[in-house]
Order: sequence, then C-alpha cells, then structure tokens
Amino acid sequence: MVGARDTASVLAARADARAQGSNVSDWMPYLPAASSPFAPEGVDPSALVWAETVAPGGYTHKVVARGTRLRLEDVTGDACAHVLVFNALEPWERLNVADTQKIPWQAYLGAGHPLLSGEGRVLATVVADTSAHHDAFCGTSSDEWNVVKYGDAAPQGPSPSGRALLTLAGVKHGLTPRDLPPSVSFFQGVRVEDDGALAWQGSAGPGTYVDLVAEMPLIVLVANVPHPLDPRTDYVVGPLRVHAWRGDPSGPADEHYSASPERERAYLNTTDYLEARGL
Amino acid sequence: MSTDTVETIRTTVPVGAQYAPGSLLDWSEALVPGDIVLDERVAPNAPWSAVVRAGDVLTIVDVGGNQSADCLMFNAHDTSERYSVPDTLTWQGNAYVREGTVLRSGLGRPLMTVVGNEIDRQDTIGGACSKESNTLRYGHHTAYQHGCRENFLAEASRHGLTSRDLVSNLNWFMNVPVEADGALGIVDGLSAPGRRVAIRADMDVLVIVSNCPQMNNPCNEFNPTPLRMIVTRNEDTVR
Ligand SMILES: [Zn+2]
Repeated sequence: MVGARDTASVLAARADARAQGSNVSDWMPYLPAASSPFAPEGVDPSALVWAETVAPGGYTHKVVARGTRLRLEDVTGDACAHVLVFNALEPWERLNVADTQKIPWQAYLGAGHPLLSGEGRVLATVVADTSAHHDAFCGTSSDEWNVVKYGDAAPQGPSPSGRALLTLAGVKHGLTPRDLPPSVSFFQGVRVEDDGALAWQGSAGPGTYVDLVAEMPLIVLVANVPHPLDPRTDYVVGPLRVHAWRGDPSGPADEHYSASPERERAYLNTTDYLEARGL
Repeated sequence: MSTDTVETIRTTVPVGAQYAPGSLLDWSEALVPGDIVLDERVAPNAPWSAVVRAGDVLTIVDVGGNQSADCLMFNAHDTSERYSVPDTLTWQGNAYVREGTVLRSGLGRPLMTVVGNEIDRQDTIGGACSKESNTLRYGHHTAYQHGCRENFLAEASRHGLTSRDLVSNLNWFMNVPVEADGALGIVDGLSAPGRRVAIRADMDVLVIVSNCPQMNNPCNEFNPTPLRMIVTRNEDTVR
C-alpha cells in the first residue's frame, strides 16, 4: 500500500494503472483525431488526422502527408509556437529562414507566406492567419538564454528552452541537434524598428490561429515556449491547440501561388521534385 | 542538479511530480570508502550523467526511499558498446540484480560490477517510463507528463548520443517481480531512505541516470525524491 493506493502485488498494481484510463487533461492528444472536443468549425471531423492540446512548455511532432492543412491556435493569447519543418523524404532539406524572408521580399510572416527550404522549394505555406503577430528573426530560446533569464532550461523543468524541446522532438525522427536550423515562431510578434531594434509586440489576444498547408510530406516539430524576447520575468506560456486535416497542396488556382514571380518558381520547383518522385 | 535550487520564477508549465514536503530524507554516505572524486545531488525528476573511471566505485543513495534510478551505461571510449540486459541476466543465470552481479555490455564484457547492495534485489527487467508508453499504460491524458526516456534523451544528447543509443536499462531501487504464472509489473519497492547500491567500474564507463519522474505507479512511491551520487577511488583498485 502507498497511501490509499494498493500497488503491493502485480494484479493490484495493474488494477491501479487501468483505473486511470478514462482520465482527461487540459493538455493531451485526442485519439482518434475525429474525437477532438475542439474540432475546428467547418471541418469535417472525419478528415482530421491530428488533434492535440500542447501543454505550456510542451512540444509535439508529427509526419504529415502532402496537402495536409495544419491549424495552430493560441487559446489564451499566451501561446508561442516555435516551428520547424523538414522534407520527410529527405530531412536534410529543411526550413531556411533566410530564404523564407528574402525570396518573398518580406520579413513578417502572414497569410500567403511560403516557408522555404534551402533547395528553392516550398515546404509549407501560411494560408490563413488571424493573428499577424509572428517572428522569423529571433528563433527559439536556447539553454543558455533560459538559464540566464529563468534559472533553468531543462526540458522537463519549470522553464524548458525551445531548443531543448525541439531537440527531443527531432530525436524522435532520427534528427540530431545539428539537424536543427533556426526556427520561426507564431503568436508573439516582433518588429524591426528604424534603428534595427527588435521590438516586442506580444500577441493579438486569445483565440487567433494560423493555418499551414504542407506542400510536401513533412516532419513538423513544434515547441510551445515563451518567445525569447517575452519581457515577462516569469515563464508565461499558454496552451497551444493543434488540428490537422486532409486537404490539397497549393496550386495555380490559389492566389498565393503566383503572388510573386519568385514564389511561383518555388512552387514549380516543388511540383517538379515531387512529380519525379511519383508524388 | 542541486535540490537546493530555489525557484524564483512563476511558471505556467504544468507541475510534474513533486516530493511531499516533510518526506524523510537520509543522504547517507559512500558505501565503499575512499577518496571522494565526485559527490552530487540529483534533484527529483532530473537526469544525471558522469564518466566513472575504471576501478572507481559509484555509490547511489536512495535518499528518500523507493526512488527508481533508471540507469544506462556505455563504454566511455566507444559508446556503441553499451549495457545489455540479456547478456547480464544470461551470464549470471538469474533475473534479478544483486551484489556480485556483473553488468555486461552487448559484447559480453563487464562494464561494472555490483560490489555493495542494501536492498533484496534490483530490477533490470522493467525498462524506463516514457511519455509515449505512459499513454499506453495510463491513458492519453498522461501524454504531457514527464518520463525517464525524455531524461535519457536530453542527457544523452549532451554526449552526442540519440534515440538509437537507448537500450533496455537498469532500475536501481525499483521492484519488478516475475510471479509464478508469468505476471510481471512494477509493485511497491523494497528500499528505504538512505539505502545504497555500489557499483565498481570495470572500464571507463559513461553512466546516465534518470531520477524517475513517473506519477502513475509505485516506482517512486508516488513521491519522487532526490538521489545522491558519490564516486570514490582507492589507489590500490585503480586500473
Ligand atoms: Zn521512469
């Protein structure tokens, strides 16, 4: 006996474990995804392939098919989704933040913005955005940063660093720390001032979301930790809701496909690569 | 690593397992005397690692009692050689780890030897907990609770190791009986505050420990407590 719990024998321990099976938590995956209590409006639940609430200071990861639509939602206004995407077929092709800002001639992520790899292709496209408070400059927090700011950075401690969590997420897909490039983050905005100062914007408030479309099979890594420039001395981050459903990759009928000549060529490169692979 | 760390910030990260205030703690001392070359406290739920030199003895103190110290061992100079449960069990012809057990690698070679042990038997069958297996054992609501595999992966990454390097492990101070009908599971422990195990390195060994943060079974009495790690050296046993 441990307190009121009988775990003295194998059978008693088994009964104790099984009695917990129907419990719920504020942060958990919903399986099957169609059973999500928070299915997005207008989405047929049977099309859902991923439904989860990511804990504050938690992370998640998934391999998703080409065409998958991925919604990240900032439930409370305090989430911050640090995102990395990789070509699931050849994961050394991965998010390149510099190209993602340079090729579209635009530093600030928003609806229509492509997330580009270093191979001249589009990994994913931001297709909807009700927040407009994002950042592609600051990356995620490192261990060193969080130790200085909060006193601890351990992934299972009170103030995990984004880098530590993305490392764990990547390991689960055979990726090592050297596979992790700079990441982008959603829901806590940063703007560059005239003198170059990185100015913290904070969030657009509770209930905003961002939709990404996977333009090829992707490994998606997400860490939900405070933005490194978050001015609060406490470690404040809210839950992050994730839903994904079957859909179509971007095509010529989409406005963002040909929004600029550079982007159109990036989509052409992507299709060229996938068609040769039989996808 | 220190249990003395004062949390000065407020955090919205959900609280993991925390040890009950007023828990009886016995920090004890090295089981095998000698010059102390390392003496560290591992906070509840935290990982730890060190290279233990050939001939040196690592004492692990179960400070709060019945606190599983999940443990992996590697040849410090070639980490592809690592602890092997089946080699260890087959060689000794017994399913439990006790004083005298030689902890062997997958090449059959001794990594470490148990030279002192203050509980009836130690476990090397039960493996480590993880976020992922928690969802199987207890339900999906536990997916964001902490697990030893996270500790192992985080600590292993500091040594250039990844998930490919994790194998079945050893659990100091955990109790996993195999009953007559084959029933097997984690049940109430056999240890107590201050109980110790001492393991001598038979080569230079990288030891990685997860101070188990499990919240759903008695591997830590539902009350995760600190560990103390002491490495002692006797010049006449140094190889
Ligand atoms: Zn554990």
